[in-house]
Amino acid sequence: MIKSSLARVFFALLKRDLLLAFRHRSELFNPLLFFVLVVTLFPLGTGADTKLLQAIAPGIIWVAALLAAMLSLDTIFRSDFEDGSLELLLLNPHPTSILVLAKVLAHWLITGLPLMIIAPLLALFLGMDQELIGLLVVTLFLGTPVLSLIGAVAIALTVGLKRGGILLSLLVLPFYVPVLIFATNAIEMAMSGLPVTAQLWILGSFLLLAITLTPWPTAAALKLSLS
Amino acid sequence: MKYLEVRNLSCVRDDRSLFKALDFDLASGQLLLIEGDNGSGKTSLLRILCGIRLPEQGRVSWHTGAEQLKAEVAVHSNESYAGDMVFLGHLDGNKLDLTVAENLEFSRSLALGNDCSIAQALERVGLKHFEDLQVSNLSAGQRRRLALARVLMSGASLWILDEPFTALDQQGIEMVEQIISGHLQQGGLVIMTSHHRVSFDRTMIISINLSQ
Amino acid sequence: MMKFIHKTASPPYFYQLSGRWIPWLAGITVLLLLAGLYGGLIVAPTDYQQGESYRIIFIHVPAAWMSLFVYIAMAVAGAIGLIWRIKLAESVAVCSAPIGAGFTLLALITGSMWGKPMWGAWWVWDARLTSELLLLFLYFGVMSLYAAIADKRVASRAVALLALVGVVNIPVIHYSVEWWNTLHQGPTIAKFDKPSIDLRMLIPLLIMATAFKFYYVWALLLRVRVELLERERNTQWVKLLLKQLKG
Repeated sequence: MIKSSLARVFFALLKRDLLLAFRHRSELFNPLLFFVLVVTLFPLGTGADTKLLQAIAPGIIWVAALLAAMLSLDTIFRSDFEDGSLELLLLNPHPTSILVLAKVLAHWLITGLPLMIIAPLLALFLGMDQELIGLLVVTLFLGTPVLSLIGAVAIALTVGLKRGGILLSLLVLPFYVPVLIFATNAIEMAMSGLPVTAQLWILGSFLLLAITLTPWPTAAALKLSLS
Repeated sequence: MKYLEVRNLSCVRDDRSLFKALDFDLASGQLLLIEGDNGSGKTSLLRILCGIRLPEQGRVSWHTGAEQLKAEVAVHSNESYAGDMVFLGHLDGNKLDLTVAENLEFSRSLALGNDCSIAQALERVGLKHFEDLQVSNLSAGQRRRLALARVLMSGASLWILDEPFTALDQQGIEMVEQIISGHLQQGGLVIMTSHHRVSFDRTMIISINLSQ
Repeated sequence: MMKFIHKTASPPYFYQLSGRWIPWLAGITVLLLLAGLYGGLIVAPTDYQQGESYRIIFIHVPAAWMSLFVYIAMAVAGAIGLIWRIKLAESVAVCSAPIGAGFTLLALITGSMWGKPMWGAWWVWDARLTSELLLLFLYFGVMSLYAAIADKRVASRAVALLALVGVVNIPVIHYSVEWWNTLHQGPTIAKFDKPSIDLRMLIPLLIMATAFKFYYVWALLLRVRVELLERERNTQWVKLLLKQLKG
């Protein structure tokens, strides 16, 4: 009976979180706005030299996406922690790791997906080749869920703390490095006309690994934060 | 017959020992009232009993009927225990941006069984016709009632309630007392803390004072 | 077996036992350090390519080894603490972090000191230095998480969890950085052809590595003892101990 209802619980939670996000639409745009702002600052800081911007565009977009993803992490568990519904998510017969996965998926749909959609526009701002934009979106598609999944572990560890902000970035950023490296590297290789399948496969395997491995520590960390 | 067995339970919080070597059994139809001063570890005890917090020492086991199923709560939350237990904490656990019905529907999808429909549960806690209102529009007492409706609907036999009377008016308190007695009469188990003087049938009550 | 472990790991017993070990550990550490430094700085021949400045590897290389070793030790202790709920293991994990961070910092500083004459710059985004820097951040993360959580029992479990997640990620981070470094071909090092290392260099290097290991155990015991006293300050054995100390 528990197994058959697992999918139902997963989708019920997903639906609830999406509904909540929809009723708080204004908050949806904050990470997105941050993403756009950071990318806009770069040309102002480095000078509007087209060649230079083109060369560092993948790095800029990915670093900005990474920071935006990090800033949005707090919303995964914060409100559930504050109103007590997190306790209910832990105290039910279903495996917490699956519920965690539903919450992270909802979070990615709310924050990661919009980043992916707006990134092509920013790529054009920075003068990236149009053929590369598709690849950029693919790397974001494979990479940003990993950011959410890893971030969920860190936020689960810090959700009980009053001021977890800077601590969160310290916990999360070292773990984001591999994703950043392979994603930007893929685009740079493509710029010089080299094949990038290896990088994409690696990003894909990061995603699979993160999906299978991160829910457990996240669930365990949530329990610690509530105790 | 279901019963909860607690042996040699001790709890340390922030390096301070809250209680030591706590033993008790709670059987079907019994209510455990946990008393004690502020900071004596009532909430921590409840959290240990429901499996969120690990005790410093000791064991909590849940025995269900003929199968003699043992769920070692202290080790990790066990499926059969988690399905048979419902917890109401300090916080109501309601989502303010969802309607009353949406909240209950979600908690129903989390629970295994369910005793009654949403409408019935709402009627019993005195929130009839509030289904489509957003929880943010309810008063604190009404939110507490909604949380109690969730408890009612869960179909669990063991209720763990942390200050269930908070924010309730006199009529609300009486209503909750009735609900709890009803649950006990049906063979349920209740563990609760309360600052209010409760008026239950004394024969069903066990009480523990953590301050002593 | 488990009974033996639990007995040895019980704080009062451990406190006594470690008290007896500490002077020995200190002595061995100092002797090994002296021997290793003598071998490395005086006996070992001058390198024909790098001159005298290579001698910093007698500090740098063992420190870099230890930086990884301590992280793994921390994760293992953390796992033991999480699974069997042994307080001592939790303390070992928590107390390892600052020592490991110290080794990492030492490796970074000596690395950049070595790099200055070699590369002409204090810092180069070399794969190993970069990994080492990220490792330092991981250590800082562990330490700040422990500091941030008020209930130290909960904090040490959180730290153990983080260390476990970290230890899975360290190889991933390390190889990513290496890949990144080889592909970027930035201002990288002219790779020295690796001659088989002279025995007169190898032996002091190994002695220094052993000395660092002993130092780690020594420093760890000192820290764990204090940590245990602080955590168990409300228990009978600590109160008794304090009474004895007061005389």
